[in-house]
Amino acid sequence: MGRITLDKVSKSFGEVEVIPPLDLTIDDGEFVVFVGPSGCGKSTLLRLIAGLEDVSGGEIRIDREPATHLPPAKRRLAMVFQSYALYPHMTVRKNIAFPLRMAGLDKAEQDRKVEEAARVLNLTDYLDRRPGQLSGGQRQRVAIGRSIVREPSAFLFDEPLSNLDAALRVGMRLEISELHARLKTTMIYVTHDQVEAMTMADKIVVLQAGRIEQVGSPLELYRTPKNVFVAGFIGSPKMNLFSGPEAAKHDAHTIGIRPEHIAASTTEGTWQGRVVVSEHLGSDTFLHVHDTGLAEVMTVRVDGEFDVRHGDSVFLTPEPDKIHRFDAAGLRIA
Amino acid sequence: MARAVTPRRKAFNTLAAWIVGVLVFFPILWIVILSFKTEGDAIKTPLAVLSAPWTMESYAVVQERSDYFRHFWNSVVISLGSTVIGLVIAVPSAWAMAFVPGRRTKDVLMWMLSTKMLPPVGVLLPIYLICQSLGLLDTKIALVVILMLINLPIMIWMLYTYFKEIPRDILEAARMDGASLKEEVLYVLLPMAVPGIASTLLLNIILAWNESFWTLNLTAAKAAPLTAFIASYSSPEGLFYAKLSAASTMAIAPILIMGWFSQKQLVRGLTFGAVK
Repeated sequence: MGRITLDKVSKSFGEVEVIPPLDLTIDDGEFVVFVGPSGCGKSTLLRLIAGLEDVSGGEIRIDREPATHLPPAKRRLAMVFQSYALYPHMTVRKNIAFPLRMAGLDKAEQDRKVEEAARVLNLTDYLDRRPGQLSGGQRQRVAIGRSIVREPSAFLFDEPLSNLDAALRVGMRLEISELHARLKTTMIYVTHDQVEAMTMADKIVVLQAGRIEQVGSPLELYRTPKNVFVAGFIGSPKMNLFSGPEAAKHDAHTIGIRPEHIAASTTEGTWQGRVVVSEHLGSDTFLHVHDTGLAEVMTVRVDGEFDVRHGDSVFLTPEPDKIHRFDAAGLRIA
Repeated sequence: MARAVTPRRKAFNTLAAWIVGVLVFFPILWIVILSFKTEGDAIKTPLAVLSAPWTMESYAVVQERSDYFRHFWNSVVISLGSTVIGLVIAVPSAWAMAFVPGRRTKDVLMWMLSTKMLPPVGVLLPIYLICQSLGLLDTKIALVVILMLINLPIMIWMLYTYFKEIPRDILEAARMDGASLKEEVLYVLLPMAVPGIASTLLLNIILAWNESFWTLNLTAAKAAPLTAFIASYSSPEGLFYAKLSAASTMAIAPILIMGWFSQKQLVRGLTFGAVK
């Protein structure tokens, strides 16, 4: 239970059309990530599904039932907000119990479900505290607790990890993935962080200016980006993209090659350039190479042992079958 | 970086604050002192006033000449009545303006505020005539309604700024959690806004308690509140400083005591948003 269908859904704020008509199907139990740069409409799309914004056109169906005009309370969806949005005047226990109270469950049943959720989320010791007395990670877990007790047909996450520090973010990322594996409930997750998208998603929806650029599994997007935007957006560090004579050699307007698909050598190679910055991560080193005559900066991933310094000359050789080709309109050439 | 405060500077600041505080409070203190003197001593030079014997004479005369408790009761009914009715109207209005603003919301707010810039005397005649033809002159009802309308813009503004500070997300979360509009307002918005509502309530009771233009013009005997009680002691035949002071002390004491106990709440409510 939790199949969500968007049929020509669009949204305008006054004269400004933020989401042109758009079709999307989210299957039951899928973990779908909406990803895109800020202002691409991903949060708006989530809020349309939630019912917090009214659609300007089109239809939303949840479990095949029309839901376009249902208020949020009636859609059986749960949402986790970036700001956590806990009720500051209620204890953790009351926060988690709130949706159950609204659903009119009896007290004993409420308590049982709250205790169960608190146990799963390691919140048992904090049940009588207020949100103000909790750390960011704990608050986020309370927000998740509040959303799971109701057993919704789908979870909506609006950049839930953006307010956490880096270490905590990785931990919570795993917790959410485990939660999905255990509950097998549909989850829609909005983020601008492509690493979150790649690591968590069954299916990624890449958005730009309210338009869906590509829908696919993380590896599909990585291996066969449909256009230049997706190619540049998915992958870290970014794919090197450049036009010019080198692209023309491959019968393309633009070609792209990922940093991990370029071999570097101090003695020989296809392209030559000068190392300006080398970022040492220990296992790997990222070289930022200038003066190649291709792109302004070429990023290359090399082994952590590869020894070059600022100003050194370096030779680069791309793996030929890993070159992505795009036409003048920016679309992938098969 | 915290700014360094030298002990000398601190002493100077403390002294300056005390001077300002005493200057502001002095007239009230002087009224209280005068109220405990005889009519003859009250008009002497300040030093002579202080050394004159203390007496409760003025209080006795005031209580004998006019009914303090009737005026007190009228003040309570008018200030509480106008504030409570005002809140019942202001809470939903402020909610609507803060959370579902329309294109004209800002204009409406400014228009409401602009009514406070109108000199009340400009509308005295029409309001007096309306009250007269409705038979509402010298009634508490008329004052409750008029003071409520006069303070309504301030109430809505205060609650509006207060509601504005409440994160939208939290109300949306309540909606997602299955709360109806009524439940959202009752269980989430109002509990979170308690400090704001409390300070709005307090401020408006004080404003209504102290209001004297309308209370003096629209009452004679029956509905006269404490402001009229004070005014009745400034007579054209001569000034009765001691009695006037006794009457004033009795009139401002209740609101002063209430203000004293709720000052923390009041300051917090009035500065909310500025100091988080």
